[in-house]
Amino acid sequence: MNILVCLKQILDPEIPARDFRVDSSKREAERGTANLVTNIFCENALETALQLRERTGESKISVLSYGQESAEDVLRKALAMKADSAALVLNNGNPNPDPLTVARVLAAAIGKLGDFDLIMVGREAGDWGAGQTGGLLAEELGLPCVSFVDRIDASAGKVRLHRQTDSGWELVEATTPVVVTITNDEHNVPRIPKVRDVMMSYRQPLVQWTLDDLGLSEAEVDGKSYYEVVELVIPQKETTCEFITGDTLDERLDAFAERIVAVTSSI
Amino acid sequence: MNDVVICLFGAAGFDRSAQGLAGAGRKLAGECGGSSHAIIVGSGASALASEISGFVDLAIIVEQAELADYQPEPYLHALTKLCGDLSPSAILLGNDAYSQELAPRLAHRLKGTAVGDGVEVSLHNQSLRVTRQVYGGKAQAVIELRRTPGVVWLRARSFAPAPRRETAGEVTKATIEIKDDARTRIVERKREETGSARLEDARVIVSGGRGIGGPEPFTNELLPLADLMGAQIAASRAACDAGWVPPTWQVGQTGKKVAPDLYLAIAIAGASQHMAGISEARNIVAINTDSDAPIFRYCRFGIVEDYRKVVPLLREKLAALQK
Repeated sequence: MNILVCLKQILDPEIPARDFRVDSSKREAERGTANLVTNIFCENALETALQLRERTGESKISVLSYGQESAEDVLRKALAMKADSAALVLNNGNPNPDPLTVARVLAAAIGKLGDFDLIMVGREAGDWGAGQTGGLLAEELGLPCVSFVDRIDASAGKVRLHRQTDSGWELVEATTPVVVTITNDEHNVPRIPKVRDVMMSYRQPLVQWTLDDLGLSEAEVDGKSYYEVVELVIPQKETTCEFITGDTLDERLDAFAERIVAVTSSI
Repeated sequence: MNDVVICLFGAAGFDRSAQGLAGAGRKLAGECGGSSHAIIVGSGASALASEISGFVDLAIIVEQAELADYQPEPYLHALTKLCGDLSPSAILLGNDAYSQELAPRLAHRLKGTAVGDGVEVSLHNQSLRVTRQVYGGKAQAVIELRRTPGVVWLRARSFAPAPRRETAGEVTKATIEIKDDARTRIVERKREETGSARLEDARVIVSGGRGIGGPEPFTNELLPLADLMGAQIAASRAACDAGWVPPTWQVGQTGKKVAPDLYLAIAIAGASQHMAGISEARNIVAINTDSDAPIFRYCRFGIVEDYRKVVPLLREKLAALQK
């Protein structure tokens, strides 16, 4: 089975709110001291692919990213986690391209990379969280799409997709090729690559393309003809917490319970 | 061309989400100077239409056997056809998994633009603008849509319901030709019990995080506390990822977005992705050993203590106060 996993590099979403700044005039987050990391749902997708390969044996996993030069790190890490091959499409334009632009670029790169049975993306990214890449990519490629998948089993031209819904889960049967978006689950927590594999990953080949190489013009993928961010602000919502104090735990709990009852009885 | 369409699933019924969508649709249609329509697909569509027609100008129901239960490809096809015929300026959906799955593809087929997780939608110089949280709730963005129709899924429950119309809107029935060529098929569905009501509709929520330490305390400590308080139980992403509780319990940016009157966060540090799920909570209260935990910056009040000491005693105190 030929599997493609799309990976996005983002600003570390775990940075504390107090260290997070935006440039409201450019409508972008400021890098500050934050690390650049692989979006967690993309890593969940890669982990799901790796486990599928371990079960089915003969699969090949390619990884693809559309991003700035630094996105090479995301692909190297994926190679260290034992992806088979990697390709980067360089984005020298709008650093926050709209989702349709991303889908078009990925679709063009996929056309150049070859045929895949399974195309996997994260359900959304921890930065802009649009959650559209999978759906739009499926439409660009003329393929079906199944969202919020957390487990995949494959057999002869078919996949069985276990996916999360609002109230539980569903099992979806799909013919390949198919696009799936991956969500997190206890089974697809990404593995940590071995130090040796991290070092080895820098010796592996990595395909690098520009938009020109994909036959796309700047005008086709300007990153803002689908939608445009017109405002970005940090809303102030913090309050002052009253810490319940007292001489003994029992006293504190008396006060705490009374405060809780005061809130619930006013509902 | 200035009309607004809301898309609903018959099976969901006339819940708070449907009411919020009807409210949002009506308000936006007013701004656009058009009508508000509803498209209702699947079993239960007629029953839902009789409710929703009190709030929209026209409700179109599709109830044929092939569309009784949700299936991605036939539902996408049906919505594309029905919305295409109405050629509205905006199509609004709820924040359920099916709507999220369909929205970008529906937008693509109609040559429009999709935006998700909107908390506000309005018309600005003939363009739709959607307000949504980004960066795990740390920032808020306003997004202007460049193509029509705008396909927007909303945090529907946080929108005010529409006032009832004096005369009910029209209800018509449509039939869509469905080819049996779907490449995907839902073959099994399973509901996980999280309690009686939906987490999104809960007034009081007791939620546990990484600091809970395992599955047993959820069962032995938090559930009895939730029962006593008449609360729903929830968890942070860390607790769900550890496999202690089912993923359906997850509250946060990528879990449920909840809006209770009281959210009791137990051993939850308050990472921004978690806070993104409770930004609409009216009162946040926390129990945590770390007084510097970010959760306390959003709390009305809190207690710095090990939950293992607090929860059993709190149950006693609450039980005594309830007598």
